[in-house]
Amino acid sequence: MNLNSQTSLVELKHVQQVYGSGARRFTAIQDINLTIREGEFVALLGPSGCGKSTLLRIITGLQSPTEGAVLYRGQPLKDVNPHATIVFQTFALFPWLTVYENVDLALKVRGIPAEARHNRTLELLDKVGLDGFETAYPRELSGGMRQKVGFARAIAVEPELLCLDEPFSALDLLSAESLRGELMELWLSGSIPTRAILMVTHNIEEAVFMADRVILMDKEPGRVVGTLEINLPHPRQRKSPAFQAVVDQVYAALAGQTQPEAVELGSAPGEPGTTRRLPQVRINELTGLLEHLVEIPGKREDIYRLAEPLGADSDHLLDLIEAEELLGFVRVQQGDVILTDLGETFAEARILARKEIFATRIRRLPIFRWLLSMLRKADEQRLEWDVVQAALELEFPPDEAERQLDTIVDWGRYAEVLAYDDNEGMIYLEMEPTVEK
Amino acid sequence: MTLSTRSFSMGAGSERRFGIADVLVLFGLAALLYAGVRLAINAPPSVQEPVISLQPHVLPWYALRSVSRMLAAYLLSMVFTLVYGRAAAYNRRAEQVLIPLLDVLQSVPILSFLPVVLLGLRAIFPERLAAELSSIVLIFTSQVWNLTFAWYQSLRTIPKELREASAIFRLNTWFQFKTLELPFAAIALVWNSMMSWAGGWFFLMAAEIFTVGEQDYRLPGLGAYLHEAANQGNITAILWGVLALILTILVLDQLVWRPLMAWTERFKLEMVESDNPPTSWFYDLLGRSHILNWLNQRIFTPLDEALDARMARWFPPKPIKPVNGGKLTPVEILLGLGLLGIILYGATQAFHLLFSISWSSWGVIALGVGATFLRVMISLIIALAWTIPVGVAIGTNPRLASFFQPLVQVIASVPATAIFPIFVLLLIQLPGGLNLSAVLLMLMGTQWYLLFNVIAGASAIPQDLRYTARLIHLNKWEQWRTLILPALFPYLVTGMITASGGAWNASIVSEYITFGGRVVKTLGIGALITHSTAQGDYSMLLASTLAMVVTVVLINRLFWRRMYLLAEERYRME
Repeated sequence: MNLNSQTSLVELKHVQQVYGSGARRFTAIQDINLTIREGEFVALLGPSGCGKSTLLRIITGLQSPTEGAVLYRGQPLKDVNPHATIVFQTFALFPWLTVYENVDLALKVRGIPAEARHNRTLELLDKVGLDGFETAYPRELSGGMRQKVGFARAIAVEPELLCLDEPFSALDLLSAESLRGELMELWLSGSIPTRAILMVTHNIEEAVFMADRVILMDKEPGRVVGTLEINLPHPRQRKSPAFQAVVDQVYAALAGQTQPEAVELGSAPGEPGTTRRLPQVRINELTGLLEHLVEIPGKREDIYRLAEPLGADSDHLLDLIEAEELLGFVRVQQGDVILTDLGETFAEARILARKEIFATRIRRLPIFRWLLSMLRKADEQRLEWDVVQAALELEFPPDEAERQLDTIVDWGRYAEVLAYDDNEGMIYLEMEPTVEK
Repeated sequence: MTLSTRSFSMGAGSERRFGIADVLVLFGLAALLYAGVRLAINAPPSVQEPVISLQPHVLPWYALRSVSRMLAAYLLSMVFTLVYGRAAAYNRRAEQVLIPLLDVLQSVPILSFLPVVLLGLRAIFPERLAAELSSIVLIFTSQVWNLTFAWYQSLRTIPKELREASAIFRLNTWFQFKTLELPFAAIALVWNSMMSWAGGWFFLMAAEIFTVGEQDYRLPGLGAYLHEAANQGNITAILWGVLALILTILVLDQLVWRPLMAWTERFKLEMVESDNPPTSWFYDLLGRSHILNWLNQRIFTPLDEALDARMARWFPPKPIKPVNGGKLTPVEILLGLGLLGIILYGATQAFHLLFSISWSSWGVIALGVGATFLRVMISLIIALAWTIPVGVAIGTNPRLASFFQPLVQVIASVPATAIFPIFVLLLIQLPGGLNLSAVLLMLMGTQWYLLFNVIAGASAIPQDLRYTARLIHLNKWEQWRTLILPALFPYLVTGMITASGGAWNASIVSEYITFGGRVVKTLGIGALITHSTAQGDYSMLLASTLAMVVTVVLINRLFWRRMYLLAEERYRME
């Protein structure tokens, strides 16, 4: 007899997803508990690699978790959830079917008779504004219109739970914005029978713009780090101070996860403890951010204000700040980035001095210490790329190991502590300064 | 607003009235029906099996017989492909056995299947039917493998998001097959079907006349006609036969393959329109046909609708299997043990046979492998020597390409085996004549793979790189060394893998021929296989087949695979 009648639709209890086994065992998702109630628009927000898409697949039953229970309306989920559907990031339309046939197919496989299907499909295409494009093939449409087909197809099966897997991230800015507006209109006006929406996104503003509740996730391992209720009235104004305050709050929560130095640096590969993943950030991005900060009076800035001048999305921005923090060039405090003295020196130094500073900073990192000491011991002070990658694969999944080595070599080359010959696939030790303690 | 669901739409034109296209369709239908009836009452009296008539007027019937045989073999290939490829793609345990097996099977020369197939079928069916079925199975073995590989690879490369979409929208096995797997594989399947038919034509002569031990089998058809013409040294008949064969191939190309290629264009996965889609006049004509559109709307669409409705009702979507694979079920274990038992039994029997072969025979086999290896190498080198310059010239010059490409395609579609007897006639007098003509046949059969790949590679060289090469004043040789050859390398490797496999297989028809009433053979593993088939010497057949398969598989694994990996890694244009 609850006034809000908030019965829970989806419930996850201690859900865990582990890939691989033995030494190559990776926890993609760790101990997740969450509930999605009727009438809610929930956003799962986190950086890439935090397992939010995996979580979406577990919730819809496309994938079963290694451990834990998934309940739908109190019943354990055993197969693909027939009451849920997904709008995909890359649309996932059948390219050989027309707009009409793509929507029609979703109804046809449920055994709905032709007459009823015909009317419903036309009505839905009308609703999302694709009237007149029935016989077009997806390849003839713009990204925004393709996603409209994706929405029409998803709504056609009248799901109770509508899952959105980064549905706007492959669209241009304008299409994304208008489609967000249209979805919110459908949802808020109650003209679709959907009972709850779950959206996966790495775009902070998007989550704050649309959701009633934002679940914040972080990576390594993928886990929930917080929840934020958003009580702003719809339609929300992005430029309003209240909106920006919430965005700032989210950034603070996501970027402020600084831990003690030992934990932050992690351990070297092969040693006990977790090896720190290097954020995938290029040198010019690192220097770009520092050069931007040094121009700002007070040498500090709200994180969300950095996205625009740097041309980075929020996900990558968080990676970038994490890297700067790791190197000691910035500090993060309550959603603000503050340039450290070292960062300022770096930003104002010339190229050679920068390289020297950078070299001393990366030598602190266990993963570099590990690689450099291996190289020193190696024959002719060189190692094959594949050998190093194989060693890293004991700590990371294979493609992550490759990306890690990419970043290591990129940073190492810039700092002139490493050299790499692509022809031979060999990583070399560069000449080190003679005085080293 | 009217809307028709067009799963097999053929363009607009429903406003037009009865036209020339409809007349053609009607005539075509009538011709097909008549042909069927004639076949059923067993063709004209002049086709008196097993005597192969060399009168030119029997050729249309022979052509029809051969096409029917090829079609039957092709349908068999498709069924095999769909089942085998699906099993390999969706069952990881089956995949580990099925894919290496496919690799071995495709290097077994078709004649080696003959005794097993024929003896097996003869035990069940009457003699004539068994011979007919054997011929179909032989053609099948020259068509099926690349199709199966193509289907398997397509299934493996279906994008993950389309798979997830079909799971979340609850497509059952039927709908997955119909709206996801088949459309996704369509282009690869059509392309490989054309290759398969070319392969079938190539071995048609071997598949329509064969000798096993004491017995001679002759099946009326184009292949048998050509074979008999060559056997009698009747040049006029050979020319008639070649003409009929070329016409048949051209008609099939225009009426079947071109329209299919034009139609499958819609199954491209790319989200952009292509510049140069394949076209077909016949396809356009069909699209304008009033009758076909009417049939499509009144009969096919409702039938399709009814079938879909049944399928949706009868087969609920399969539950998703747990990620961790699960354990072996008792049925799987039993099946596995049974299979193992059969394999072990077969292997011991085979070894028994092999032990009966004398050391000197093994020596002959080794020499044969060596001789054939040399021939394959020489034919590859000759093919490379002319296809690289010609292919690059055609590939880098759109004007030349628009002129030569169709021409080359027509020439390439003529199976080399058909004109082979003429060359033999010319060359047989020379010293080492058969050696020369064997290399020539391998060359004729395989050079086209190389040429097409070189053309494709050359036209894929980015224009800006070619400009750069000229801007920095590289001379001709340096341009070849730094740009053209490295860019061609992956295409050359792909072409050579196919060409070398083809050349090994061609050895069975090029090293041992009956011509002008006598047998001409040379030292080679292909000659050994053909000879032991004809003699009914099964232990020798088994030994030489094994020797050839092992050699080919080893060459593929040790040499071509490495080259392929190198090409993938180092020389790929991105």
